[in-house]
Amino acid sequence: MFDDQESFTTPDGRTIGGVMMEMKNITLRFGGVVAIKDISFDIREGEIRAIIGPNGAGKSSMLNVISGFYNPQEGEVWFHGEKRAPMKPYEVAQQGIARTFQNIALFEGMSVLDNIMTGRLGFMKSGLLSQALWWGKAEREEVKNREAVEKIIDFLEIQNIRKTPVGRLPYGLKKRVELGRALAAEPKLLLLDEPMAGMNVEEKEDMSRFILDVNDEYSTTIALIEHDMGVVMDLSDRVVVMDYGKKIGDGTPDEVRNNQAVIDAYLGVAHD
Amino acid sequence: MPDQLLFAMEVTLNGLMAGVMYALVALGFVLIFKASGVFNYAQGVMALFAALTLVGLQDGQVPFSHLINAIFGTELHHFGWHLPAIVAIIGTIAVMVLFAWVVEKLVLKHLINQEPIILFMATIGLAYFLEGFGDMMWGSDIKKLDVGLPQGINGWIDETTLNALGYGFFIDNLDLVATVIAALLVAGLVLFSQYTKQGRALRAVADDHQAALSVGISLRFIWVLVWSIAGFVALVAGIMWGTKSGVQFSLSLIALKALPVLMLGGFTSIPGAIVGGLIIGVGEKLFEFLVGPMVGGATENWFAYVLALVFLVFRPQGLFGEKIIERV
Repeated sequence: MFDDQESFTTPDGRTIGGVMMEMKNITLRFGGVVAIKDISFDIREGEIRAIIGPNGAGKSSMLNVISGFYNPQEGEVWFHGEKRAPMKPYEVAQQGIARTFQNIALFEGMSVLDNIMTGRLGFMKSGLLSQALWWGKAEREEVKNREAVEKIIDFLEIQNIRKTPVGRLPYGLKKRVELGRALAAEPKLLLLDEPMAGMNVEEKEDMSRFILDVNDEYSTTIALIEHDMGVVMDLSDRVVVMDYGKKIGDGTPDEVRNNQAVIDAYLGVAHD
Repeated sequence: MPDQLLFAMEVTLNGLMAGVMYALVALGFVLIFKASGVFNYAQGVMALFAALTLVGLQDGQVPFSHLINAIFGTELHHFGWHLPAIVAIIGTIAVMVLFAWVVEKLVLKHLINQEPIILFMATIGLAYFLEGFGDMMWGSDIKKLDVGLPQGINGWIDETTLNALGYGFFIDNLDLVATVIAALLVAGLVLFSQYTKQGRALRAVADDHQAALSVGISLRFIWVLVWSIAGFVALVAGIMWGTKSGVQFSLSLIALKALPVLMLGGFTSIPGAIVGGLIIGVGEKLFEFLVGPMVGGATENWFAYVLALVFLVFRPQGLFGEKIIERV
């Protein structure tokens, strides 16, 4: 479609760069079950890339491969032009890939502020001793990181709940806090696993706006999984469609919408 | 004031102090339980091992001397030095950190994602291993531990109360020191977990493993850190109990006294460990004083466990513990 390294401009005026992450022939098995079968696709710098597909298509497994929670049996993951060795999730996170979870994985007992602060852990470089004694560098770092977190809190419009323990928040706000924690890491690539699942229309609109703003203001590359087709088509630049662990479509929302295999998958045509 | 009441006050005060000692042991349990959901059966033995190591280092004992002498036919026993307490303490801390690292490397690493009961069984094994290892390393004789903590009756309190109330309170200096140290320890731990990067990471791991991984926290580093801190707390408890009653095998049994403390305070609460310890301490002393004579004494042996049992029936999560509600 496009040259790998060439950048281009979208109809709405954003610039999309070269390939940032490339999945090459990924196959993931759980025992005898093949969750992902020989899938390849890429994510370009600055774009919003969606992965869609019916239930059980392997979308979340794919996200887990990217974020290092699963290691595929076959295939290669390339990030910034380098082949990635099998990694632990925390190592992937340290490379600048942040994520949210389908079922929300927040630190329920901690406040909103503390939750988002954990996203900044990678920016705190002072040693254990300096931290324990709260000496010199540790204090300056804390102040600096706190400022960054306050900016995110403003951005996500959650100033009024910053001291509330997350366990007490309603679902929609939890999703927002989780996004905040991922943003706090200033990721190069942000992975969102069903960011709008279980939300009402108003919450979905808010979340869509935040996702677009994140992409626009921080030029963060975003890969997301979503069920709501309307939302996906509005948000994303390119869409990968999966069904039964296989890729059945890849392209702009319009291309995907008119793809016969995709229509079949969603309408439930019998498989041979 | 009547003598009986004054005596009861003295008993209560002594109970509070004894409670602090219990709380010190319970703290180690809470730390590990909070961070990894593991009930560390080896905590008591860790206190024993820390105390043994401290005495060994201080007196310049040759580690594994029995083994070495038996194999090589040598007669090594002492290096012939006597280290200052502070140097020996730092050395012991280093040993406990090393121990934490080895435990992570050899045991915990291989049990990631296992049921808590499996990890619990592993800590039982660890407890027996460490007990035998400590025995082999430092010998099984009863040792005297002296790091320069004051002991014996506090003259000032005795005199002041004697002048003011006409009855001198007997308060042990060691108990006073233990109280101050426990307060410092708890304050330190709370500040550490609230305001430092590692503390925040620690709380994050305690809350949700998956989420912690996704923000770039290495579980294994945190586990080494937690076990190191628990080792340090074990050392503090070991020093206090060792100074009080000598370093001997029975030191590892103080862990049993920590169990009712935890059931009262809740397994997940640091303040709970303190309050639970105080309640048990005061409770058993007062019970012995008030009811003991009627039932033939020695109630201190069982009072704490009965109290814990009552709590299990009426408030299983303890005073400060999290109430766990499983959704169906």
